[in-house]
Amino acid sequence: MRSKVVLARLARNPQARYGLVALLLLLLLAYVGPFVGAHTWTDKDFLAFLEPPSAEHWWGTTQIGQDVYAVTLRGMQKSIVIGFLVALFSTGLAALVGAAAGYFGGWVDRALMWGADLLLVLPSFLIIAILSPNLKGGSWLWFVVLLAAFSWMITSRVVRSMTLSLREREYILAARYMGIPGWRIILRHVVPNLSSLLIIDATLNVSAAIIGEASLSFFGFGVQPPDVSLGTLIAAGSGQVTGYPWLFLFPAGLLVLLVLSVNLVGDGLRDALDPGSNQ
Amino acid sequence: MGAYMLKRLISNVLLVAIAASMAYFLAATSLNPRAKYEGRQPPVAEAVVDGVLDDYNLNDKTPVFERYVTWVSGVVTGDLGKTWEGKEVNGEMGRRIGVSLRLLLIGTIVGSGIGVAVGAYAAVRQYTISDRVIGVTSFVIMAIPVFVIATMLTIGAVGLNNALGFTLLEYTGEYTPGLSGGWEQFTSRLNHLILPTISLCLGQIAFYSRIQRNMMLDVLGQDFVRTARAKGLSRRKALFKHALRTALIPAATYFAFAFGTLLTGAIFTEKIFGWHGMGAWLVDSIQQNDTNAVAAVSLFAAVCVLVAGLLSDLAVAALDPRVRVN
Repeated sequence: MRSKVVLARLARNPQARYGLVALLLLLLLAYVGPFVGAHTWTDKDFLAFLEPPSAEHWWGTTQIGQDVYAVTLRGMQKSIVIGFLVALFSTGLAALVGAAAGYFGGWVDRALMWGADLLLVLPSFLIIAILSPNLKGGSWLWFVVLLAAFSWMITSRVVRSMTLSLREREYILAARYMGIPGWRIILRHVVPNLSSLLIIDATLNVSAAIIGEASLSFFGFGVQPPDVSLGTLIAAGSGQVTGYPWLFLFPAGLLVLLVLSVNLVGDGLRDALDPGSNQ
Repeated sequence: MGAYMLKRLISNVLLVAIAASMAYFLAATSLNPRAKYEGRQPPVAEAVVDGVLDDYNLNDKTPVFERYVTWVSGVVTGDLGKTWEGKEVNGEMGRRIGVSLRLLLIGTIVGSGIGVAVGAYAAVRQYTISDRVIGVTSFVIMAIPVFVIATMLTIGAVGLNNALGFTLLEYTGEYTPGLSGGWEQFTSRLNHLILPTISLCLGQIAFYSRIQRNMMLDVLGQDFVRTARAKGLSRRKALFKHALRTALIPAATYFAFAFGTLLTGAIFTEKIFGWHGMGAWLVDSIQQNDTNAVAAVSLFAAVCVLVAGLLSDLAVAALDPRVRVN
């Protein structure tokens, strides 16, 4: 019943509608687009270096003859995957840590929240920048783990305070008196009841993670070659932007569109799931 | 108030120490200054490399804790150690802080000032065209990362300069070298400041205007604003002295947070516009395996963030008569 109401509210919200449509189109472009183009992202056309957009190369070529269209879409796939994975990990971690701290209380609460506070104080940009390139033996998954490890703390505090009030509700008390173990109550009763907060948080985390990935990759601290992401492409393009703007404009434009549409969906979801808030 | 500030100060100094020590350990264990000397032609004898690295307190053969103790005893007496080339970190840092603070101070003042003004204006004109334009613009700007804004500004400046046929807007460096005369120097420096400041400020303006608009709307509907009007104050006076002041409090609490993003933004702005400030140094020193410089920049960043937190507390206390912390 409730999901129907929420969906109806979401469909009535023009912001969310445009955001959702734009997001679907971008996903389609990223995952179906490469099959439409004439070149793959590893192809090098040695007869066309730094060519402006043309019928042969829709978005132009790079200095080593790669097709910008194919490379950009490949980078976009990576950025999207990183964004969604980071959001999933960080929101999941925030839910589990926050719910455990709020439900168990006592020393568990103190230890977990102390850890969260410590991570908030540490300079995350610096730590990821130093650690990430040194994990070359691993893959970009390490980068995802690092990004997620530094983005869950504030949400976990919100989850904790909401759990504090949830755990006094009758259905949770009933479950406890039936002898169901704590971790099971958290997974079956506490976390599902926080789902609207978690869905909103996960959506907004996607755009934050995409920007974070791009920022770190911009300096070469994120995704490492030969992998490409929107961040590495923007970095490569911004050096020669005055002479060859297409190298920069396509990845940068797609990045902004992606972040914008995810933010629109996130704001729409907040209006639909949590009508009281006006932020 | 005095005791509270003292307590805050002590805990802040502790946090700075923890953050800087963490950064030092991380940099000292992950970065490899020795790489600079390896693979040279002719090869450098290992004993020579060891000697030089020992001199700079960068030798990875010395246990990390020992290096840390040497570093800390230097820092306590105000000596931040040496860069990988053997220069004093202190001298380099003094110059670079001057460069960065110019950007950060102007960025903070212009960004928060214009942001608050724009947000308050949008709230007073709620649901008019100008309110909607401001809302949509700030939503879009918040989706654009600093490095994209900065690069777009460079494209714009180049296009404008080409169209005019002379250099109206400068987009590299802090000043034009080889200029004589104080006045020419001054205008050239101002010109070089324009684009970096815009790219730093846009995000701040968008952020503050969103907060300020929401808070102002909450306040405008409240009784005390109506009372102020009813007792005969002009609309302008009621808005400025009563509504704006109250609505400023949340914006002031967000100041510390916004300053953190400004600091990260400065890294990109400095790199893209070719300024040799602290932000650019952070990136360069990580790429050059320069342990002591990384630690120095982290120390600076930690101090900046905590000073911003303190300032934001003071601003809240000054604005809000209910909060006189004790």
